[in-house]
Amino acid sequence: MDTITLKIDGVEVTVPKGYTVLQAAHEAAIKIPTLCYLKEINEIGACRMCLVEVKGSPKLAAACVFPAADGMEVYTNTPRIIENRKKTLELILSNHRKECLSCVRSGKCELQQLCQEYGIEDENYYAGANPVFEIDDSAAHMVRDNSKCILCRRCVAACTVSQGIGCIGPNNRGFDTNIGSVFDLPLAETSCIHCGQCIAVCPTGAIYEKDSVDDVFAAIHDPSKHVLVQVAPAVRAGLAECFDKPIGTDAQGKMAAAMRRLGFDKVFDTVFSADLTIMEEANEFIDRVSNGGVLPMITSCSPGWVKFCETYYPDMIPNLSTCKSPQGMFGAVAKSYYAEKEGIDPKDIVMVSIMPCTAKKFEYGRPEMNIDGLRDNDYVLTTREFGRMIKRAGINWDMLPEEDFDLPLGLGTGAGVIFGATGGVMEAALRTAVETLTGEELPNVDFEDVRGLKDIRTATYEVAGLTVRVAVTSGLANARKLLDMVKAGELEVDFIEVMACPGGCVNGGGQPQVHADIRNFVDIRAERAKVLYALDKGNAIRKSHENPAIKEIYETFLGEPGSHLAHKLLHTTYTERKVNGNWEK
Amino acid sequence: MIRSHVMICGGSGCTASGSKALQEAMEKELVAKDLQDEVKVVQTGCFGLCELGPIMVVYPGDVFYSRVTVDDIPEIVEEHLLKGRIVDRLVHEDEVLKEQVTSLNDTSFYQVQKRVALKNCGLIDPESIDEYLAMDGYVALQKVLQEMTPDDVIQVMLDSGLRGRGGAGFPTGLKWKFAKGYDAPQKFVCCNADEGDPGAFMDRSILEGDPHVVLEAMTIAGYAIGANQGYIYVRAEYPIAVQRLKIALDQAHEYGLLGKNIMETGFDFDIDIRLGAGAFVCGEETALMTSIEGNRGEPRPRPPFPAEKGLFQSPSILNNVETWANIPQIIINGPEWFAAMGTEKSKGTKVFALGGKIKHTGLVEIPMGTTLRTVIEEVGGGIPNGKKFKAAQTGGPSGGCIPASHIDVQMDYEHLAEIGSIMGSGGLIVMDEDNCMVDIAKFFLKFTVDESCGKCTPCRIGTRRMLEILDRITEGKGTMEDIDKLEELAYYIKENALCGLGQTAPNPVLSTIRFFRDEYIAHIQDKKCPAGVCTALLSYVIDPEKCIGCTMCQRNCPADAISVTDYVAEGHKKPSLAIDTDKCIKCGACMNNCKFGAISKQ
Amino acid sequence: MKSLEELARIREQTKAKIALREKEGAVRVVVGMATCGIAAGARPVLSTFVEEVNGSGIGDKVSVEQTGCIGICQYEPVVEIFDGDEKTTYVKMTADKAKRVVAEHLVKGNVVTEYTIGAAKV
Repeated sequence: MDTITLKIDGVEVTVPKGYTVLQAAHEAAIKIPTLCYLKEINEIGACRMCLVEVKGSPKLAAACVFPAADGMEVYTNTPRIIENRKKTLELILSNHRKECLSCVRSGKCELQQLCQEYGIEDENYYAGANPVFEIDDSAAHMVRDNSKCILCRRCVAACTVSQGIGCIGPNNRGFDTNIGSVFDLPLAETSCIHCGQCIAVCPTGAIYEKDSVDDVFAAIHDPSKHVLVQVAPAVRAGLAECFDKPIGTDAQGKMAAAMRRLGFDKVFDTVFSADLTIMEEANEFIDRVSNGGVLPMITSCSPGWVKFCETYYPDMIPNLSTCKSPQGMFGAVAKSYYAEKEGIDPKDIVMVSIMPCTAKKFEYGRPEMNIDGLRDNDYVLTTREFGRMIKRAGINWDMLPEEDFDLPLGLGTGAGVIFGATGGVMEAALRTAVETLTGEELPNVDFEDVRGLKDIRTATYEVAGLTVRVAVTSGLANARKLLDMVKAGELEVDFIEVMACPGGCVNGGGQPQVHADIRNFVDIRAERAKVLYALDKGNAIRKSHENPAIKEIYETFLGEPGSHLAHKLLHTTYTERKVNGNWEK
Repeated sequence: MIRSHVMICGGSGCTASGSKALQEAMEKELVAKDLQDEVKVVQTGCFGLCELGPIMVVYPGDVFYSRVTVDDIPEIVEEHLLKGRIVDRLVHEDEVLKEQVTSLNDTSFYQVQKRVALKNCGLIDPESIDEYLAMDGYVALQKVLQEMTPDDVIQVMLDSGLRGRGGAGFPTGLKWKFAKGYDAPQKFVCCNADEGDPGAFMDRSILEGDPHVVLEAMTIAGYAIGANQGYIYVRAEYPIAVQRLKIALDQAHEYGLLGKNIMETGFDFDIDIRLGAGAFVCGEETALMTSIEGNRGEPRPRPPFPAEKGLFQSPSILNNVETWANIPQIIINGPEWFAAMGTEKSKGTKVFALGGKIKHTGLVEIPMGTTLRTVIEEVGGGIPNGKKFKAAQTGGPSGGCIPASHIDVQMDYEHLAEIGSIMGSGGLIVMDEDNCMVDIAKFFLKFTVDESCGKCTPCRIGTRRMLEILDRITEGKGTMEDIDKLEELAYYIKENALCGLGQTAPNPVLSTIRFFRDEYIAHIQDKKCPAGVCTALLSYVIDPEKCIGCTMCQRNCPADAISVTDYVAEGHKKPSLAIDTDKCIKCGACMNNCKFGAISKQ
Repeated sequence: MKSLEELARIREQTKAKIALREKEGAVRVVVGMATCGIAAGARPVLSTFVEEVNGSGIGDKVSVEQTGCIGICQYEPVVEIFDGDEKTTYVKMTADKAKRVVAEHLVKGNVVTEYTIGAAKV
């Protein structure tokens, strides 16, 4: 590999050719502040926080995009540079709704942190016009407060570059520039698929999830209610970050303990219904293959992806698996099977779902997600809200013991837990489908080909005389690429897994926000996925069909996968949607 | 057989003053007099003297008629075209020479000029490729394709010393050389016709008057750098220019001067037009390219420079219309010919759009290095109404003000930069003693604030904060610290903004503080606008000794701010009136209506 | 698509057509076109000059212009030819005479003395 050697603040550093000054400085243990830069998706040099001096150049260079060169001498913290950065911050503050004490991002805000680091003394130094924008809380999952927006455009990059949607972008220009949708439509009327990737990358409190913490506390303390909680696989890979633990910390045991202490009547695990999903989905796939059904079949666990498909690829709705997502299946089972088993009136059950996902807040409200008029789920919290709940309840995370989930719906397998990483659903489905088709035990349950973070991963398996071709992708811009290839006949596959968020649920829009200065140098997707793969490996049961609780529910309640009752409870339908459809009306 | 040509200006300026109707009337009158086979009416591009429009020139004889109306047509036909007698009353009275000048070339306006980029403007019919050919059009292209290698062409450009006329003055040959140096399957040649400085219309006039010169030059550049596709980015507010470009493109295609296998040399080149929506920032090269790509027009950080990764991430060059207009002549006449004009580092000529407090507003082309004094006093005919010259503004919102003390500055890249201004694209706005320099700074800054794309923090918020400070000062609410804050922000924005437009946005403020600090101080400390422009600092006052009590002012006051007092001046019969400054909206109606000079603004 | 030859031809033809807009250093043929001149037949004289000048390939060197009454109405149509400081005045011109003046005077440089005002007076 070609390398170059340069000096940054007098420190000599050798880095690969093609590195930017920002990356080179990182190697030299120097942090250059950024606000707009997001590696690979938002390299626009707009915020001007990262300007540095390059010896011999009269102009300052934006370190985030300026290529490092051999022999270059860079100065990142001279008085001139620091003075400039202070002014940039002061200007941003002059145009920011400064309600830091009550802001949801307080303490975790990148702007606030930089202001502290740079010693901003007078937040009103450049006071002037500071327009107040109308808050957009039209969407099911989130709130946009443009008065706190610093126009870094990270949300736009997430929406446009990562997700290939672009339902938000800069409107107007100059001082009046603001991030909004086409014709300033309320977000709910756009083709927003609720993935929340914009929230995950926002440096301030300008975009945040709708908060249901108070409602859940109220339900818990309502003696007439039986409050159940389910928690998605990926939550355990991210939650500890809310308590300043390193990225990639396994929080499963403490998480269960915390839920119990919060007062939930039963602490269950979505991994159980992930296993249930596999039973239904593997069965559906085998059925489609054997009976000439529509192929390729595409997974339907990711509600952001489902809405994307309904909006942008409505012709592929028949390809979507009819299985509800694990969240939906869980609620349906809890209010039927569990209620019956425990002798509780399903109407008294409050089903709380803790998800790494904001689209789940949209999904649980979809009209299809009910059984005879009873909602499958009653509240959906993101990992972040869950973290806030634990703090508000005064629970000391560090001193929490590790506990287990309650039975029976807290029993999950390794196959179910890897749902939270891209490729996990496919791998879990393959484990079950292969054994079902061959009737023999797999010598190795690790399907490495479908793991990892490559944009599109394909594999072909010969199973009991059948050739099964699979493809896996995550991030909807990648999904577009994959679907277009399939539609153009360039790629022939039988089974596709799509996750809306890049890297899958571990990087979901409801996960703890990671500051860009970490995000740009650590692959949070990979670090969090490791937690799930380790849990899989450490689980004695690694195949969904071997989950005793799953066996029991089929034997005593559902019958068999794809049964009439299973269809009623566990399967759903889809709706064709138009791009920015409500506007067209 | 045609014996006479009547040239009627079809540029935007004269079109606005009615040249289209003039042309129709002329054609009708010629038919009525049965002269249609002897006299040809030619619609031309801009002559430059827009202030005297609509302009008509009759050949032979090169007789120049100014401010012609439809009513003048029968007389011109009867007298001049039929009988050969010049219609004296329509002949221009030269302000500088103090005499009637029949030929346009003899006017003081034209005498100092050296027309290179504007060579064909006003002389040919821009909608006729044949006339362009007759003016040695496409000779340069033929020479390049048949006799020169791409490196030869670049060497000629380097030797000529031609620098970009869009504002920054980057050497054109060097730009081409860089682009040629990158290997790529696709390269692009772009023309910047997104002229956006307030008051500037050089590029529009060239496109309207001589569109083929741009097509020819772009094709030459395509050959030099190895590109087969060009784009002209022109603002949609230039409908005449767009129309003529479209006609020119069609003609060039028809003649095989664009498209495949040009002049049977195997070289392919084509050009498309892209319409801009008129955003100032789209004149910035990376923003222009982003806009052509179909995105929101915003600048991109450099590097990578467009020569490496420009339009659609391919090596690209972008030159401004006026730059292009010089190129065929450099090829034909040689680089030495071009380098012989101008100064040591600024070669050739520069077109300026003269505007403001000057008698001859219009378009002028002068050798680089001509002094500002020559431009104002000779070409421009001086300041009207006997007022004193105060300052000239060059470079539009990116430029600065040149005070009267520097009136002998040479107009070239270096000398203008030395005194804190820039050449810019060629806007030249003249100001007299009635102009308030704080107000001027505010005007230009307001423009930048309005036109900022909003991408980078310094420009988006910083320029707005500067404007707010200027607003305070012109309202008499400023403090002396505000001047420091202005300078502090100005230097910060220059250093930190993303693109050239942001980096130069503070220039009008900095240069007015530099040369007219006393005016800022007068606004702040004395709460006075010395030029009497800033309305918030003005008050209208009635002199009770002069007021005869006619109440004319009172009757014309829209704000009901004037009332009768009980003071009767000596010798007057009626009591005088007085203005209630709290109610006064400073519209000036009272002063305009006072026949006795009793009202003044202070 | 035009061949290079065609382009060259268009260029030359158009040059001739617009030659009357070029004026520097040109020989000027000035035809008296006042009422008296026109009455005496100046118009065919003027058009003949224009045609012949262009037809002889000297269009870029000679400009044909018109003027008002020269003051010698009895000699109309009057044509004056200015070549630098020299002025030649032809009188009682006709189209045929004009053809000869172009061929002799303008092309070859020989003044057609017999048509000049001097000859007429004698």
